[in-house]
Amino acid sequence: MYRRLCLAAVAGALAIAANAAQAQGNDTASEIEKYRQALADGNPAELWEARGEAMWKEARGPKKASLEKCDLGMGPGVVKGAYAHLPRYFADTGRVMDLETRIFHCMGTLQGISEAESHKVLFGGPGHRADIEALTAYVTSESKGTVINVSLTDPHMKQMYAIGEKIFFYRGGPHDFACATCHGEDNKRIRLQDLPDLTKKAGAQKAYSTWPAYRVSQGELRTMQWRLNDCFRQQRFPDLVYGSPASIALTTYLAYNANGAVYDGPALKR
Amino acid sequence: MKRTLIGTFALVATAAAVATFVVGCASMPPDADLNAETVSMLKSSFKGKGQATMDRLDQDETQRVCSEYFGKPLPPATVSRIEKSNLDAIKWPADGKYVGDWKAGEKIAQLGQGKQYSDDPAKPSGGNCYACHQLSPAEISYGTIGPSLYRFGKLRGYNDETRKYAYGKVYNAEAYSACSNMPRFGAHGILTEQQIKDVVALLMDPKSPVNQ
Repeated sequence: MYRRLCLAAVAGALAIAANAAQAQGNDTASEIEKYRQALADGNPAELWEARGEAMWKEARGPKKASLEKCDLGMGPGVVKGAYAHLPRYFADTGRVMDLETRIFHCMGTLQGISEAESHKVLFGGPGHRADIEALTAYVTSESKGTVINVSLTDPHMKQMYAIGEKIFFYRGGPHDFACATCHGEDNKRIRLQDLPDLTKKAGAQKAYSTWPAYRVSQGELRTMQWRLNDCFRQQRFPDLVYGSPASIALTTYLAYNANGAVYDGPALKR
Repeated sequence: MKRTLIGTFALVATAAAVATFVVGCASMPPDADLNAETVSMLKSSFKGKGQATMDRLDQDETQRVCSEYFGKPLPPATVSRIEKSNLDAIKWPADGKYVGDWKAGEKIAQLGQGKQYSDDPAKPSGGNCYACHQLSPAEISYGTIGPSLYRFGKLRGYNDETRKYAYGKVYNAEAYSACSNMPRFGAHGILTEQQIKDVVALLMDPKSPVNQ
């Protein structure tokens, strides 16, 4: 308990410190790097991981069942290392799924929780916590240290990757932005924020292996679905539907490009 | 008999070749099919929200071609076609003046809001120039997606030709550099004519901090 309180206090201090650093116009990136190092053993993401683990094992929903029999692709009940192989094609649903959509699927089939209910809060904020963020934090933390290895052997996966790549380069909206506008070249930045080149292995590995992440500026743990949604908002696109085919195609593209990296999330980000 | 045999053989061989060709087509869909599937997936994966309506997913010719050639060299004929069509569509200021107030321009260059579904459409959009460019040396928080514009006017000369170019470039960057990463601020109604003039002043006014 003391540890939890400590973490919560640290989270608050981080948010304040980050704002102060920005206000002073300092090099935010290097400041945050210092926090990252100082907090290597105390990432506030652990609060979400702990809550997610408890929720995973708790009997919930109309069927009063836990998620412990959820099949994340490596057989019912296998959580360890499962995230490193997602997205993947699931024969039982006949589609490619990422972690978030697979968790919702298990909530429906095992616990009897309707989609309307499970999708009520997708992104947490003050006064409303998102269960999916905690569950995702727990499952991903169980892949820490596992080598990312997403396979395109299945033709559905191959197709999703090909479309994901097309979406990555798709320019649209009033600003003509594509994902590639900001993430298609080495050593670029927006204001002072470094931008990973996601078309290259090194950039994709560094970025993908560290999501989900505790976002200091938001005081929340965010998943890959959130990351993509907020990128498209800034691209001036309409609202990316959570768990939509395009979101999974793009995740497949990024995950496959990151193959070979050691998974290191949930991480800590600005 | 012999002739019949040869004829049959030729027919079978032709049929086999046709079959191989057809199978080849089916297993390797040409890019056109993949593009169509991408567009259809995008349309089923987004929802209009606030000012960000679904028609923003519809590409114009420039966006379509530039997506296709992202990171690849454009054929020279395509470059001229894109630049010409965008140049022809520029609406030049009726009063023939390209330069406004650099102080207002600096504010526009700093402002990042505009056109996101999270923005209030009643408020004016910014240009967010500093997100990608260095301009006034006092602002150290600048991005590097675009080139540095520090001393833009001082280096190029304070003349009408450069003032007109700066206006046109901010209005429609595709007219001067096909498939540029820069938004078409005037052509897409992000900035008004007066706002573009103010940004031009930031670049071209000898008194602007950009030119010190």
